[in-house]
Amino acid sequence: MKDMNLTLKIWRQKGANDKGKMIDYQVAGISEHMSFLEMMDVLNEQLINSGDSPVAFDHDCREGICGSCSMFINGEAHGPVKGTTTCQLHMRSFKDGDTIYIEPFRAKAFPVLKDLVVDRSSFDRIQRSGGFISVNTSGNTQDANALPIPKQDADLAMDAAACIGCGACVATCKNSSAMLFVGAKISQYALLPQGQVESKTRAQNMVAQMDAEGFGNCTNTGACEVECPKGIDLSNIARMNREFLGGSLKG
Amino acid sequence: MSVISADLFNNVSHFMGTNPVVQGLLQPILIFSVVFHFVWGMYLEYQNTQAREVKYAMYKGSANATWMSRNMIISGLAVLAFLCLHFYDFWIPEINVKYIQGDMSGKLPNGDYRYHEELVHKFAGQPIRVSLYVLSFVMLSLHLLHGFQSSFQSVGFNNSKYTPIIKKLGNIFAIAVPAGFVVVALVHFFAH
Ligand code: SF4
Ligand code: FES
Repeated sequence: MKDMNLTLKIWRQKGANDKGKMIDYQVAGISEHMSFLEMMDVLNEQLINSGDSPVAFDHDCREGICGSCSMFINGEAHGPVKGTTTCQLHMRSFKDGDTIYIEPFRAKAFPVLKDLVVDRSSFDRIQRSGGFISVNTSGNTQDANALPIPKQDADLAMDAAACIGCGACVATCKNSSAMLFVGAKISQYALLPQGQVESKTRAQNMVAQMDAEGFGNCTNTGACEVECPKGIDLSNIARMNREFLGGSLKG
Repeated sequence: MSVISADLFNNVSHFMGTNPVVQGLLQPILIFSVVFHFVWGMYLEYQNTQAREVKYAMYKGSANATWMSRNMIISGLAVLAFLCLHFYDFWIPEINVKYIQGDMSGKLPNGDYRYHEELVHKFAGQPIRVSLYVLSFVMLSLHLLHGFQSSFQSVGFNNSKYTPIIKKLGNIFAIAVPAGFVVVALVHFFAH
């Protein structure tokens, strides 16, 4: 395929307290083999050369592991391809002449810092409120096989632990709900014996923090599981609801 | 029932309308639940809209969720509007006759039961009311198509074996029950 010329509509915002608006840019000579972030690099080079400020965006590993790349592309978190992060999205998913909307992940709990960069520390605070286990690891670590765990549970815990905390679930949810993320973080402990010590309070505390951060409520539209790059599914939210109800009953 | 036999409908209506358990216990529970459901639903919807202050310039909701699940507030408000009409049509007159005027007989001056007669009277020759009625039940159906299975997920029930069955049963329920009410309205509209 020949190289592409594209129109980009990008959210530009100078700082957290600025208003910000969508601005149009043209890029030319984009190869289908480029990743989406490489296309952004091309744009930024162009902007720098012409004396403009480059578009700020988060990225780190560029291989779908760190969860930092957070763009809302053409109305979908991480763009049109399922099961991928923005860094794993390639330009072959677009065609010459396309107009592409690029916006930050939007939620009250994810305030924009600059352009496409948002502050996702609300996730860290939720994690700190209950996403841990109390085990003494100083020196005398137990043998891994001393604690047999059913394969089924181990697999489900592993699936839940695949969450990279990217925030696509929040960004895509019409309610800006963080339940898929929190459900995954609760599930990865709830399924394992090591996680039982705090099981009465974990869901209560994490849900309370989630509400305090200003995330919306889950209405089970299921958009999050479709857009999640790591295939975290809704059963994790159901497990969180069970843990929460169970915790409320046990007091 | 009103479609099959006027007598049956009259008898059941009279029983439901005068039985103390139904009137004194079930009716208040039902009213409380309905009010709780829509007040709470609207409050959560308000919170949810507040959770995203700046809207997206481009948002493809249909790419990852059904229309029903994204528009529960629309289908819900439509059903609520219908409930208001329904209360105006049936419930308020009913309460008036029974508890304010104190006529618990359920009879017309000529000695027949009044319920079936009143029902037919509301639909026959009333194209606007019948269309509103049908439209409302379509909305109810859309509301239930998402709501039925969603309620299981909310209380934590999600199981690879039973959830698909619940979804199917929910779909059947969400279509069959409203369709039944639509049939009642249409039959009385066309048959009289
Ligand atoms: S659940 Fe999925 S979409 Fe949400 S933060 Fe984790 S990896 Fe990202
Ligand atoms: S840059 Fe690390 S997941 Fe995309």
